[in-house]
Amino acid sequence: MSFVEYGDTIKDGDTAIVFLGHESMFPVKVQHGSKTQTKYGVIRHSTDLIGKRYGSKVTCSKGGWVFILHPTPELWTMNLPHRTQILYSTDISLITMMLELKPGSIVCESGTGSGSLSHAIIRTVAPTGHLYTVEFHQQRAEKAKEEFQEHKVEHLVTVKNQDVCKNGFGVSNVADAVFLDIPSPWEAIGHAKSALKIEGGRICSFSPCIEQVQRTCLAMEEHGFTEINTLEILLRVYNVRTISLQIPDLGKAAEDNSSTGFDSSSQSNQGSLYGILQQGAAQFKSGVPLKEMVGHTGYLTFATKSLF
Amino acid sequence: MEESAKPGLRIREGDCAVLKRDEVFKAVLVLRRRKVIFEKQWFYLDNAIGHIYGTTFEVSSGGSLQPKKKMEETTTETKEAGTDNRNIVDDGKSQKLTHDDIKALKDKGIKGQEIVQQLIENSTTFRGKTEFAQDKYIKKKKKKYEAVITIVKPSTRILSTMYYAREPGKINHLRYDTLAQMLTLGNIRAGNKMIVMETCAGLVLGAIMERMGGYGSVIQMYPGGGPVRAATSCFGFPESFFNTLYEFPLSKVDSLVSGTFSSETLPSEPEYNVPAEEESNGSLDEKQTLIQETEEESSTEAVMESNETEEQETMDLAAEDTEYKGSKEKGNKENIREKQRKQQERRRKLVETAALLEEKNADGLIVASRFHPTPLLLSLLEFVAPSRPFVVYCQYKEPLLECYTKLREKGGVINLKLSETWLRNYQVLPDRSHPKLMMSGGGGYLLSGITVTAEKVQSDASSLEAQKIEEPTSKKRKLQELHC
Repeated sequence: MSFVEYGDTIKDGDTAIVFLGHESMFPVKVQHGSKTQTKYGVIRHSTDLIGKRYGSKVTCSKGGWVFILHPTPELWTMNLPHRTQILYSTDISLITMMLELKPGSIVCESGTGSGSLSHAIIRTVAPTGHLYTVEFHQQRAEKAKEEFQEHKVEHLVTVKNQDVCKNGFGVSNVADAVFLDIPSPWEAIGHAKSALKIEGGRICSFSPCIEQVQRTCLAMEEHGFTEINTLEILLRVYNVRTISLQIPDLGKAAEDNSSTGFDSSSQSNQGSLYGILQQGAAQFKSGVPLKEMVGHTGYLTFATKSLF
Repeated sequence: MEESAKPGLRIREGDCAVLKRDEVFKAVLVLRRRKVIFEKQWFYLDNAIGHIYGTTFEVSSGGSLQPKKKMEETTTETKEAGTDNRNIVDDGKSQKLTHDDIKALKDKGIKGQEIVQQLIENSTTFRGKTEFAQDKYIKKKKKKYEAVITIVKPSTRILSTMYYAREPGKINHLRYDTLAQMLTLGNIRAGNKMIVMETCAGLVLGAIMERMGGYGSVIQMYPGGGPVRAATSCFGFPESFFNTLYEFPLSKVDSLVSGTFSSETLPSEPEYNVPAEEESNGSLDEKQTLIQETEEESSTEAVMESNETEEQETMDLAAEDTEYKGSKEKGNKENIREKQRKQQERRRKLVETAALLEEKNADGLIVASRFHPTPLLLSLLEFVAPSRPFVVYCQYKEPLLECYTKLREKGGVINLKLSETWLRNYQVLPDRSHPKLMMSGGGGYLLSGITVTAEKVQSDASSLEAQKIEEPTSKKRKLQELHC
């Protein structure tokens, strides 16, 4: 297995995802002799995991079961240990497409943070591209390096521990795309421009506050970037539920013969509209929004560097 | 400045390029002495050939393109401006230049910048406008009179934006951010073996191929006689990308699943499954019609597709005709032999593709079509390996509700999620930042999930699964929210 290539069976040293149920999963480092506790019991790596096919069901000691999944950057984003606030797949998807990332792309990123976007970029630019990622916090830079090694993608990424606003990305005129998720992106626009290839490239800045966006757009314009465009993307999730609504009792009309509206005897008229399961209720399937959803993560500003 | 000879950097004849003016895009084939119409302007692309992608041009008299140099914006000294619009009356008479005056200026060959300057000077209300209003006025006039066209290289970003704006009906109203979600949720990357079923003119296929970079393989399932790949040819992929692109008719899927597949009966319209160069011929026609067409309903789309195949057929027959101009007799014999050879090649490829599917080890499934998604998913998931993602797009929510339910019943899938994305553009200017007025009403819906090993035993496993995913407890809901 690898974060940039699928494997069929679980091997010693793999990072696998243990799936317990709806929105409940966690990553696990597969090792001979190790044991992992879950609420359904113990999983013994040597007997339960190693050699099994990814996607298999594993029964735990208490009798309950889980699924073992192959890691993907998306699953990693949902389960990684947070060292900073991270970017989620919704924003990551748009960033990837708008920066025109693909196999072979050279990308510069700062800050590395918890590596959520980094893993997604590495996956997209493999096997011939490269990610240069800059993180000014020493421990976070170290941890990121460790994780990339554990996930066997270190050949596709270079981690630098420095301040991108002062010292840039450490490379010149090599990048197809630059991504900034830092407190003062306008201070790094100049460095971003010099990191991008001479013939041009794409840039993206992610900022939670509109004031940051304003300063950044101005800086981009001053540095000659074109096609400056700010947008935001939100994810709306729906739960699929079978809903049963009661049919109100509007009473019976005085005369015997009349039967109108929701009178139970004439429900067959309404029955064609909904599947009437039991007396007095109409059932239907609905996509129900969550009670609360993530609204604003940040504004995404994209721009193009070109020779003209 | 060094002129790099890197492939793809410069505009070449035969390329599919995208014309851009402000937010409007249009894909065209770069051919000499071929008139192109874009944003009410007629011109030839001849002068563009050899320039680097991203170059900006102006249309000069005679319809030729002239590269526009980046000029310094004339520094605007603090001009006279008003404070608000209480005294500005819109009686339509504030511009002293008439329609004819402006036309005369244009005919004289006066540059757009000069025309804008003339309009400002001849506007009685300009001095009274606020600075912001003056700014907005100048921007508006520039947009109209300083016709600048940029020629850009096609990419998923550009083509998906273009299609959504120009011909959403052809792509089932798939908005570009929804497409972006599909590519990421599906973990599309180099080395995968992907199964794709789309009726989006080949845009989704092209996007997938771009993200795979020519590595791995793609099997495109198609309805009817053959796959539509008009948009795919716009991407400008190298020939090698098409060596690992396969296609398989939907009409044979059932037989494949049940083990009764035979290559004896090929789908009709055989001319469709042809090697790359003929395909590009057909799509040339396609592209010209792309330029003229307007939005269509899905019912006429079906008619469109069969028209396309006919077009292609006449094109290919014409090609074959000219090829064998020799003696009629000889021509006929060779014609027949050629046809037989092609049929055998098609049959061979079909068997090869069937074998690839029968391995049942695909790394993912992407569906984005005008058909009801449920039967497609239930059958095509058979060919996907366990622990792999799949994503289904539908313009409407309800079919995905049904799909979700049927998938739950069938089992073998986890982490099902029904979602849509909401996209909003912003205007960012000093003291004038706000979301833009117009928003896209909707960009379609996605159902995504992960496959797991299919279970033989079933009622208790599926009920256990159902238990696990029913109304989450309030604690789980909190977790959900945190996880965005």
